[in-house]
Amino acid sequence: MSEFFTEAVLIATIASGIRFGVPLLLAGLGEAYGQRSGVLNLGVDGVMLLGAFGGYYTVLKSDNVWLGIAVGLAIGLVLGVISAFITVTLKAEQGISGIGIFLFGLGMSDLLFQRLVGTPRPIDTFPRLEIPLLRDIPWIGEMLFRQNVVVYLAFLAIPLSMFVVNRTTFGMKIRAVGENPEAADSLGVSVAKVRYGTMLIGGTLAGVAGAALAIDLGIFQQNITNAQGFIAIALVYFGAWRPFGVMLGALLYGFVNATVIQWKTLGIIPDSWSDIAAMAPAVITILALVVVATRFRAPSALTKPFERGE
Amino acid sequence: MPMMEMRGITKRFPGVLANDNVDFDVQAGEVHTLLGENGAGKSTLMKILYGLYQADEGEILLNGDPTVIDSPTTAISHNIGMIHQHFMLVETLTVAENVALGLPSSRGALTDLDVVSDHIVELGSQYGLELDPAALVWQLAVGQKQRVEIIKALYREARLLILDEPTAVLTPQEVDQLFETLRQLTTDGRGLIFISHKLHEVLALSNRITVLRQGRVTGQATPAEATRESLAEMMVGREVKLAPDKPAVQVAEPALEIRDLEVYGDRGIVAVEHFDLEVRAGEILGIAGVSGNGQRELAESIAGLREVTKGSISIAGTDVTNHRPIEIRDVGLAYVPEGRLKDGSIADFTVSENILLVDHRDDRFLNRGLFDFGAIREHCQGLVDDFAVKTPTLETPVRSLSGGNIQKLILARELEGTPTVLLASQPTRGVDIGAAEYIHERLVAQRERGTAILVISEDLDEVFGLSDRIAVMYEGRVMGIVDPATATREEVGLMMAGVSPD
Repeated sequence: MSEFFTEAVLIATIASGIRFGVPLLLAGLGEAYGQRSGVLNLGVDGVMLLGAFGGYYTVLKSDNVWLGIAVGLAIGLVLGVISAFITVTLKAEQGISGIGIFLFGLGMSDLLFQRLVGTPRPIDTFPRLEIPLLRDIPWIGEMLFRQNVVVYLAFLAIPLSMFVVNRTTFGMKIRAVGENPEAADSLGVSVAKVRYGTMLIGGTLAGVAGAALAIDLGIFQQNITNAQGFIAIALVYFGAWRPFGVMLGALLYGFVNATVIQWKTLGIIPDSWSDIAAMAPAVITILALVVVATRFRAPSALTKPFERGE
Repeated sequence: MPMMEMRGITKRFPGVLANDNVDFDVQAGEVHTLLGENGAGKSTLMKILYGLYQADEGEILLNGDPTVIDSPTTAISHNIGMIHQHFMLVETLTVAENVALGLPSSRGALTDLDVVSDHIVELGSQYGLELDPAALVWQLAVGQKQRVEIIKALYREARLLILDEPTAVLTPQEVDQLFETLRQLTTDGRGLIFISHKLHEVLALSNRITVLRQGRVTGQATPAEATRESLAEMMVGREVKLAPDKPAVQVAEPALEIRDLEVYGDRGIVAVEHFDLEVRAGEILGIAGVSGNGQRELAESIAGLREVTKGSISIAGTDVTNHRPIEIRDVGLAYVPEGRLKDGSIADFTVSENILLVDHRDDRFLNRGLFDFGAIREHCQGLVDDFAVKTPTLETPVRSLSGGNIQKLILARELEGTPTVLLASQPTRGVDIGAAEYIHERLVAQRERGTAILVISEDLDEVFGLSDRIAVMYEGRVMGIVDPATATREEVGLMMAGVSPD
């Protein structure tokens, strides 16, 4: 154990914890938009998987990581439109339609991978961007400011989302529609438009999250997300439907994940335990969720399709 | 020329003619009341005016011009505002956010809540609707929430205001204050449509009254020529007794005794405290109070559905504090809960299944542990006939019955076997006058059989008409007990607002 508590190892663990949290942060943030407007999208993991494959395959063929992210984004956008059509326009049961999207993503991403790639080949990963001056702050510099570009962008999305939710008319409509769609409707706010908007944001961010995950790992494999899309949904509850809370949850998951990997490398966890240890991030996140989540109230209209009149 | 005129409005729903060739108009500066029972078509007519429904036939003229109103947005753009019966407010947003919602912002995509707040304060001081724009709506009292609704409409420059049962949740003093504001709005040349079934309020506020029954206009009147009785008759189509005849009954021993009760509400806040009450065999004790002052928690604690943290409840001398609901029923409690489809019945169960919810342990309906369906049918048919429950069959799900018939069914089930104590929460809320009249008669009849009856109601007319004694409840305590024969509505109203009688 003592070898874990050295300066170098701890700093490296925290730095990679932040990086591991990124896909979860993006996907969770997107899910928070949807849930804040009253739509529970259980399909996040499926969107992430297709985004991951799309990103991986694009980079494999083009060697351009940004093109890979763009393809992940486009896939997420398309699936966001499909999800919104099913849940908002067709008013399907949200607990079920999302599972459909997930299963589609799980199967389709693997099928495409088998057909188009076959044996896994590594791809280029994100370039590291060291921030001048800040990178030289002792400890902090190494943890925070020698990351890859996507990490910075993902964390910038947090204050941006807080601004959107709290300071714009769109954000006010999102909060209103998730809480009392009838009231919003009676004032001429289009519940459907707002929910399409949040579903598109959610899909896009999930697609980007998937692509970022695959490109960061430099590889694709079946079910590469390891249910991170579902953890992301749990994080929204953990984070009390607020962007900052989602970020805290994503970081918790990232740190636990990084610690487990570090302990394996150092031999603190024997090989025979590695399968159980792999479950730790999910289990600990869910436990934390149980403790925290009961104190906050979900948006009142969550999972309820909107129908005018009664 | 009227500011708004609806001509020959007809609206059909599958199997129902909700509005049948209805004419209705409003002049600038008047209050025109729309009176009618539930299901008479008032709401449908107003939803058509507000763009929530489209009429199948007929037209709407605004200041003489035929106008198509196809959505609330269109209605708002024609300066029509609606104060809904169930507040259309987003509880988790502030007052200013609720007002600003859906309006274009002076800052484009960004909110301009400071600008909105200033205007809210301005409107508030002009019309006596003072509000803190930064307050979160869920923290407001009911009367304040209604102010937000009115401000919302005024902010959108409403000239024609539809008020759908705005007094349902207010104390008599709040009603006076609201009427003051409404009169001021009419002197500014606005037109108001007032929807209510509280006859004395209708007479106090209106310039004209139009009565609807089964989708048709059945009468028009002015307050000068109408009385409560004549209005009720127009609503129901026959003569109505607004208060039941009550023969004198010799009251006996206390059957329900509550001592120093303390109960917590859903949010973990004390809802009932230092609550003492006795209800004697053969009397009806009415609990008056504005909703949310602990009545629901009181009822649930008596029925064994909510934990008592202090004090005691006993029925016929037996302590039942924190006993299981079934044990309390066995001691002799009958319970008519306030939510007839939520707590009083299972909406998708049939009429007979709902009766069996209580009777399924009864040996009369069991044959070697299995249901004896012949005996059950006979029994249920008897109850349905006795209480004049209008249902196509015993196998009809209660969801498809009218509110009044569901309420009669629950009463039939609960009154079987002469309970020691009957606890009836809002027994006639939202039911038509005919059914309410019938339910009142049955409650009075039960009183003569020596049942101690505790009626919890927000309807002061009901409390005054039924009760032998009235207990006024405020913030979880009994503010005082008065005799309905000598007390005035004003006295009771003040106590409902927390003013002590001495």
